[in-house]
Amino acid sequence: MSAQTSRAAAAKPVAIAKSGAAGAAVFPGSDSRKYNYFEPKGRKATHYEDMTVDVQPDPERYLLQDWIISFPDGTPTYSKDWTAAKSSNWHKFRAVDQEWERTHYQRQSTICGMVQNTIENGRKSGAPTRFDPAWVKILQNHLGAYKHAEFGLGTSTMQAQRYGYTQMVNNAILTNSSYKLRFAQGITLYLSEVGLDLPGFDIAAGKKHWLEDPIWQGVRKSVESVMGSNDYLEQYFATNVVFEPLVGELFRSGFLMQAASAQNDFITPAVVSAAEADYERNLANTVELFHILGTDPTYAAQNVALFNRWLVKHADLALDAANHLQPIWSQPRVKVAAYADALAHAKNRIKGIGGELGLTVPVNIAS
Amino acid sequence: MTASLTLNKITAQKGISIAEAANRVADLGWTPSYVQEAMTFPTDYKISKTPRDPMKQVLRSYFPMQEEKDNRVYGALDAALRGDMFRNVEPRWVEWMKLFLAIIPFPEISAARSMAMVGRLAPGEELRTGFTMQMVDEFRHSTIQMNLKKWYMENYIDPAGFDITEAAFGKCYATTIGRQFAEGFLTGDAITAANVYLTVVAETAFTNTLFVAMPSEAARNGDYALPTVFLSVQSDESRHIGNGHSMLMAMINDPSNHQLLERDLKYAFWQNHAIVDAAIGTFIEYGTTNRDKNKESYAELWHRWIYEDYYRTYMLPLEKYGIKIHHDDVAAAWDRIVKKNYVHKTAQFFTVGWSVNFWRIEAQTERDFEWFEHKYPGWYAEFGDFWKWHAKLSVPGETNILFNSDVGYVYPHRCWSCMVPCLIREDFVCDEVDGKIYTYCSEGCRWTHKVAFAAEYEGRATPAMGRFSGRREWEDCYHGWDVADAIKDLGFVRPDGKTMIAQPHLRFDAKDMWTLDHVRGHTLGSPLRGFRALSPAEREVATTEYRKGFKINPCH
Repeated sequence: MSAQTSRAAAAKPVAIAKSGAAGAAVFPGSDSRKYNYFEPKGRKATHYEDMTVDVQPDPERYLLQDWIISFPDGTPTYSKDWTAAKSSNWHKFRAVDQEWERTHYQRQSTICGMVQNTIENGRKSGAPTRFDPAWVKILQNHLGAYKHAEFGLGTSTMQAQRYGYTQMVNNAILTNSSYKLRFAQGITLYLSEVGLDLPGFDIAAGKKHWLEDPIWQGVRKSVESVMGSNDYLEQYFATNVVFEPLVGELFRSGFLMQAASAQNDFITPAVVSAAEADYERNLANTVELFHILGTDPTYAAQNVALFNRWLVKHADLALDAANHLQPIWSQPRVKVAAYADALAHAKNRIKGIGGELGLTVPVNIAS
Repeated sequence: MTASLTLNKITAQKGISIAEAANRVADLGWTPSYVQEAMTFPTDYKISKTPRDPMKQVLRSYFPMQEEKDNRVYGALDAALRGDMFRNVEPRWVEWMKLFLAIIPFPEISAARSMAMVGRLAPGEELRTGFTMQMVDEFRHSTIQMNLKKWYMENYIDPAGFDITEAAFGKCYATTIGRQFAEGFLTGDAITAANVYLTVVAETAFTNTLFVAMPSEAARNGDYALPTVFLSVQSDESRHIGNGHSMLMAMINDPSNHQLLERDLKYAFWQNHAIVDAAIGTFIEYGTTNRDKNKESYAELWHRWIYEDYYRTYMLPLEKYGIKIHHDDVAAAWDRIVKKNYVHKTAQFFTVGWSVNFWRIEAQTERDFEWFEHKYPGWYAEFGDFWKWHAKLSVPGETNILFNSDVGYVYPHRCWSCMVPCLIREDFVCDEVDGKIYTYCSEGCRWTHKVAFAAEYEGRATPAMGRFSGRREWEDCYHGWDVADAIKDLGFVRPDGKTMIAQPHLRFDAKDMWTLDHVRGHTLGSPLRGFRALSPAEREVATTEYRKGFKINPCH
């Protein structure tokens, strides 16, 4: 073969015998490269929507044969009756935080690393030994008690994530649960570890206070009321619309994060700050869901009335819980945060959330 | 620097042990005294013993570990694209992934939901972290699988079928078995569903064929993505198996639970076998182009994973607690796979029904025949002609194999229990439940519907047990419809509005593709309606006739 013919052969396009790659052939449907069975919220579907929408089926959409196993009383695998709230379109909700597995693990893992580094480095520098002794007691008794509240809300939302009518609702509640349980464990391990550096630190004291100390009984009652609700959306509502601003944030931001540094404690605020960031996301998801339900074209009025009832019920409990916590603000040696200011902030917060949702904030909160 | 000096030694500080950490985390729970905890999903079991946590892991180490696993998975997907995986992948394989990946994300997320059920029922909080991790794991599995599917859709030559995936899942006659699988995890008696059916049987036994054996076959077909995703998924399963076993051990010492455990182990094993072996057996045996005679067949894989690994090392030891193990069912399942050609008959059924699928099925070839005959002696005599017919009838304009009487295939009844059709004709049974006649693929499935899913079991009230419901016979949904109209209603049509998503071949050329017009003119029907319309005497005759089976006509 001459060089010329050899070059000609080389220049000839090589025929691809077979390829399974996109674009290897053109035929009907060969460019249909998007999930096409749901309406994206925006112009284009987000990755979260692609991962989430319609994975939990619905007889009113694509579930041709209906649910094929039922509970003995005839209740199907998923039922709209598991909440008193009504919706003309349960599929409308999209989680504002857009979490799917990858983003969830990335965020949780980052928090675990941040918290663990802070604790390790703090301990290495001997920081716990420089905590004010009165503050150590507060961490031992009160942060130790508070971790149970977080755990209770974590188990409550873990229960609630079974009941939602769509994948979007259930996954938002699932990640909420995951965040709460991580934080409850985070506090537990934090106290266990700094306790090693603090002679006489009683790791069991927190639970004792949670169960017996009058200061914590209002909080326990409030949390148990959330856990005791048979309506999964009431659990979700009570957690994020009521308990978190009135008790959770009040204690975390309104006390721990403000007071800690004045007691020589730079570790606790870092540990606790993770929960504040978690809450911002959980709150955004919650507000989005309840806003959709509260402005539903068919059920808005009855939903808002229902949410107002939930608000009154749980705000009474949470406000009572908050007021019982008041003595804690007097316990640090260096007083930098006032309970009245923290409570006013908490009330403002819940007023803001209630306003977003078109709810009537109860008088005891509004005042 | 001295030889003994390491970074660990410099940075190490006193900490708490893993066991201590787990104990303290378990102590987060308490018994509410102001308000009773919310009603949960009921069970007829008694759980008085606190289940132990075998893993002793806390969330602080769990999340970084999982993120690392994710990084490997997503890195591997990138690497596969850079390595031009799809140029070399076998389309025969990827087509079956349209079915498999349509099914699997819902069972996964159902398992997450079911953790709510066992989490509340388990006394104490020792295992709470285990259940929490499983809940988040299952969220991981569901969405990581949706991501894999999207990735195939974006990069594989024919995305049709992936693009309608969750809609197809709700409608297809084949995905219906996946829905039965998933709903079994989270409906009815909470322990039956979330502990025995899900963790003790599905995860402990059958995820090995699902998530270990199947990825190996994927790799043999040039698909490196499925193994990286599914072996990562499987690495979470060991924790779930631990949860299931621990919960089982918390109940097994109470003799009042034994009767229910025996019922549920039997039901769960038989239904997992009927569903998982039908689907995964077909993917592994018929989705592959690799015909290496040295590799294990599905039957051999089953023997390794289900018989040796699960039956002999997990189930048999339960006998020492006084549990009667359903040995006969294990033997019967093995016979169905080895002697009664269960997997081959399932693949044959999927192929007969290709026109109402949402993926392509090409014909098996001489090369495949040789392998099948080697692994399953006698295969060619029973199935060879069928696959020749499928090849012959794959050209648009031929009469759809589903309605082509030249072939000799007799459309099967649907099993009311496992929802796979009654493919092993000699095992076909029917029975009456609550005044209605139902058809079943096997005695095990008849027992499941009539005896296990009832308000009473062997004289004992079982008020928490679930019930079968819904339109369980898919064919009934389209009874009397022209098949073309049914396909349109299913949404199994490409964007041009006429070309079908399913094709009986892998020819990626518009001129070779079937349209609705090619299949129009044939009517779908419900076998059960016809069967119920018969008199008892006629039904007996029909049953005897059905059990005789059919013979595929020679294809020349």
